[in-house]
Amino acid sequence: MSELLQFLFSGITVGAVYALVALGFTIIYNASDVVNFAQGEFVMLGGMITWFAHAQGLPLPLAALIAIAATAALGVAMNKLMIEPARGAPVVSLIIITIGASIFIQGAAQLVFDKQIHSFPAFSGDDPIRIGGATILPQSLWVIGGALVVFLALWLFFTRTLLGRAVLATSNNRLAAQLVGINTNFVMTLSFALSAAIGALAGVLATPITLTAYSVGIGFALKGFAGAMLGGMGNPKGALVGGFLIGLFEAMTAGYLSSQYKDAAAFIVILAVLFFMPQGLFGRKSTDRV
Amino acid sequence: MSDLLSIEGLGISFGGLKAVNDVSFRVRPGEIVSVIGPNGAGKTTLFNMISGVYLPGAGRVMLDGADVTGMEPHLLARRGMSRTFQNLQIFQSMTVLENVITGYHLQEKGPVVADILGLPSSRRRARKAMAGARELLERVGLTRAAEREAGNLSYGSLKRLEIARALALDPKVLLLDEPAAGCNAVETEEIDHLIAEVAASGVAILLVEHDMKMVMRISNHIVVLDHGEKIAEGDPATVSQNPAVIAAYLGAENAHG
Repeated sequence: MSELLQFLFSGITVGAVYALVALGFTIIYNASDVVNFAQGEFVMLGGMITWFAHAQGLPLPLAALIAIAATAALGVAMNKLMIEPARGAPVVSLIIITIGASIFIQGAAQLVFDKQIHSFPAFSGDDPIRIGGATILPQSLWVIGGALVVFLALWLFFTRTLLGRAVLATSNNRLAAQLVGINTNFVMTLSFALSAAIGALAGVLATPITLTAYSVGIGFALKGFAGAMLGGMGNPKGALVGGFLIGLFEAMTAGYLSSQYKDAAAFIVILAVLFFMPQGLFGRKSTDRV
Repeated sequence: MSDLLSIEGLGISFGGLKAVNDVSFRVRPGEIVSVIGPNGAGKTTLFNMISGVYLPGAGRVMLDGADVTGMEPHLLARRGMSRTFQNLQIFQSMTVLENVITGYHLQEKGPVVADILGLPSSRRRARKAMAGARELLERVGLTRAAEREAGNLSYGSLKRLEIARALALDPKVLLLDEPAAGCNAVETEEIDHLIAEVAASGVAILLVEHDMKMVMRISNHIVVLDHGEKIAEGDPATVSQNPAVIAAYLGAENAHG
């Protein structure tokens, strides 16, 4: 029993990270129908830049803030330099561009930083909290709390604010959005900034547990993507639930099967979703009018 | 009164073919100007140039005295130009009401933080947009469909929804691309009244329409295009008597039976 509880805790912890990545996917997807595979690199940068700034002697909160701001700026640059010039290209081409961006960012990180594995201290110490025979790290609570707060903020943003509605309108019909006066280029820039900031936040929160290195991005991207797919692309609620489910599935696979199969869990979910319910748990059926 | 919209020598070519060539005309406040012509005459292309969807190859578009040639649609919207599309540009997965509320995007704008926190100022703006949107839906006869998903509406209803959304921008110039296409006789008459009403409130209306009866009934001024060129213009009576128009337009139509 305590074993199951332990797996649950670790599943929820990684699940929260995947949920944050999935939420990042959701924003850009909502604005442009593009699946941004560089989302994982934002997570990597969040961790790496925080480590680097902290190692230079900056206090941790400041280092984290710098990492999030710098990554958001990079997201904006990515949109301006890579996505915007290709406006009008098919969505598939844009997705391939994001894969290119991902490889580029990874290579650049390897040069600018190094190839070592890094970490920084947990925010509230390393003393595990005992609950019902299992333990959970204080940092896990930070990660889970972060995912919930970001989800809530995004949900409010998309349902309550005019700007949020402008993002949804842009994804729904870009031309119609322009007709009602929405600056769709600005919406895209904003989406990339937000997505990158959320990705970086995930990196900042998770690094004390998962550690970081220049190459961790792809793993986060694929698992966050699996979560977003499972929940239904474009739906913040789906991203949250999907991310947590992937984390739980992964932890159970590692616990009861073998930790060697841990990474296979996400891929099995991607395949199963594609085969049996392409619209995901919360996705809408898409109906195109001809 | 001065011109609200003035088109000066507008033209565009696609791969050497002159789709629209040297077209000029103007629209004054409260006036309904219709662009007619056989299929492929370049009417929609002309519309797309005026509304910033295509960049004109030649000529100028003047809106309220300012040169707005090739300006992006969202900037034109801010300057008071609003339009509908022949092939509908609707937010399919939003409700009918949400579609119209989105049209209030410009007027309703406030600080994002106020929206997130649900401050009174934000709620007041939202209420205003909501009330305005409901009123517009009533004007176009879609009140009962307000909460339905737009994608499920009939073509005729979507046409009226698009007009309602365009009106939400409180435009100075309204471009309507075949507003009555796909509508039955009753709906067409309703749209008639609606257009006349909007014009009476001082909006300059530019119309592309295939329904000749409607065009003749409501237009103050008609511009006739054929093969991308303006072949005639004038009031409905003059244009319908013009031999060139009869040959190009009515003749062509008769020949097809």
